[in-house]
Amino acid sequence: MNLLANNLGFRMLNEIIRNTEEDITIDGCFGERFIGSGASSKIITVNGTPGNALGAYLDGATIIVNGNAQDAVGDTMNDGKIIIHGSAGDVLGYAMRGGKIYVKHDAGYRTGIHMKEYEDKKPIITVGGTVGSFLGEYLAGGIIIVLGLNTDACPVGNFTGTGMHGGKILIRSQEEPKYLPKQVCVNRADEEDLRSVKEYLEEFAALFGYGMDEIMSKSFYRLTPNARNPYKRLYTYN
Amino acid sequence: MREGMFRNVSGCAISGIISKSGKRFSGQTIVDSVAVMHERSNGLGGGFSAYGIYPEYKDYYAFHIFYDHKTAKRDCEEFLEEHFEIINLSKIPTRKVPQITDEPLIWRYFLTPLPTKLADSQLDEREYTVRCVIRINTTVSGAHVFSSGKNMGVFKAMGYPEDVGRFYRLEEYEGYCFTAHGRYPTNTPGWWGGAHPFALLDYSTVHNGEISSYDANRRTIEMYGYKCTLQTDTEVITYIIDYLHRKKGLTLKEICSVIAAPFWSDIERKPQEDREELEYLRNAFSPLLITGPFSIIVGFEGGLMALNDRLKLRSMVVAEKGDTVYVASEEAAIRVIENNPDKIWHPKGGEGVIITLEKGNP
Repeated sequence: MNLLANNLGFRMLNEIIRNTEEDITIDGCFGERFIGSGASSKIITVNGTPGNALGAYLDGATIIVNGNAQDAVGDTMNDGKIIIHGSAGDVLGYAMRGGKIYVKHDAGYRTGIHMKEYEDKKPIITVGGTVGSFLGEYLAGGIIIVLGLNTDACPVGNFTGTGMHGGKILIRSQEEPKYLPKQVCVNRADEEDLRSVKEYLEEFAALFGYGMDEIMSKSFYRLTPNARNPYKRLYTYN
Repeated sequence: MREGMFRNVSGCAISGIISKSGKRFSGQTIVDSVAVMHERSNGLGGGFSAYGIYPEYKDYYAFHIFYDHKTAKRDCEEFLEEHFEIINLSKIPTRKVPQITDEPLIWRYFLTPLPTKLADSQLDEREYTVRCVIRINTTVSGAHVFSSGKNMGVFKAMGYPEDVGRFYRLEEYEGYCFTAHGRYPTNTPGWWGGAHPFALLDYSTVHNGEISSYDANRRTIEMYGYKCTLQTDTEVITYIIDYLHRKKGLTLKEICSVIAAPFWSDIERKPQEDREELEYLRNAFSPLLITGPFSIIVGFEGGLMALNDRLKLRSMVVAEKGDTVYVASEEAAIRVIENNPDKIWHPKGGEGVIITLEKGNP
């Protein structure tokens, strides 16, 4: 089904999306919000600039964006896949608890904050370029991968992993990420780390036309919570 | 109902366009841009600032004034006649729009200070004009000067911005720079004077956010003769910018380092020269640090500045196409008027984007 977003407005557009089992292609998209929110099946292809909260609470559907996305993509997403052939705005994958997000270029501030995992539910965010500050703030589970394919510098901003107490952040970079909070452990990623994300890197490479050789041409750093300096009795003793 | 009579809990939309070559274009473009972000406003205020729109009167202060009633107009005009030569006065042209109701009387005056009065005051012309604006806004009941710059004007009302644009026939104005605001008032009920932009002389501010340092900033700026009459945070930002730029002579870049100062931890990592400058600015103007979420676009004669709070708690996108620069809360608001920009980027928190005309002033 083909839909013209700017003629319908976001309410009507989303109502049509909710009430069909067909795959959908949306053209003429200029900031229409909540596209595909809660969707559990079908493939939604968006040509243009989808509005905030694209794929919020996504529950199994696949969303493909040919363009840039705005803020709050995949908010509290539970399952499914969001593929952005461009950049994403701030707060990508906020409180995400399952599914996968792939961004070809950059993502904004607060990427993957408050992500969590439980048993087979494990959210994965892979960003090809750089991200803003507060990457993985309060991270409780899941994996965030930042590749920095468009930069020679370390591709993350300030306050990375602040308050992180679970999950894992992998950063592809020549140099070790600096100025991390002391509750975060930084190490060179080992074989096991890279094996655990191989399928996501391969999917990223296939989606956006990169070679695995290029992706693996730099070292990766692994950020995990510092188990010896946990957030425990923080207000009583620190 | 006026600002401060009740507290209303909740975003906003901002947009700006400038032609660096000073080429003038219709106000319809900015209306089309901000209209895309309809959902970011709730109809309780919309407005525009437009630069380069009065070339035939460019040497005169253009006052745009709201009057609640005829008595206010009479009292205000009496004050204006005592302090200025009135070159021209007229109603601001509007059109009837069903969405815009209860309009006040809206008048425009082109003014120049009376030479004898100005000489007596021992003030420079701009300071003289500012003091007159503050006098009217604090002492003439029912009158509110909401625009007072040269060759620029603010147009604002209660309503959604696209309706406000139609109401003021914005498509009939041509300027080299426009900014726009769609309001979603968070603390105050919203009335015509409380809509953005807030302006003093040629400085205008549109703002998305809610600053948590409002009262500290207000107390400080009121020590320098400003009067915050509207209880909204954007008014105080406008006065801070006027104070730092016009009165203290800071550059716009320095102003960014005052109002969205880097964290001390960031300053420590800078090379010595930068560190000393940033430490100086933070120490000398510490009560003018603005905290809490904001993204602002400041218009001024010959340019535009966009700035985010240092934590970047609000969104902002900037794009360039040829000699035109676009700023908006959302990328869609740029794409709708320029779908193929040469460059598009998200400035970092605290990193001001300052655009000035290639030839200086228009």
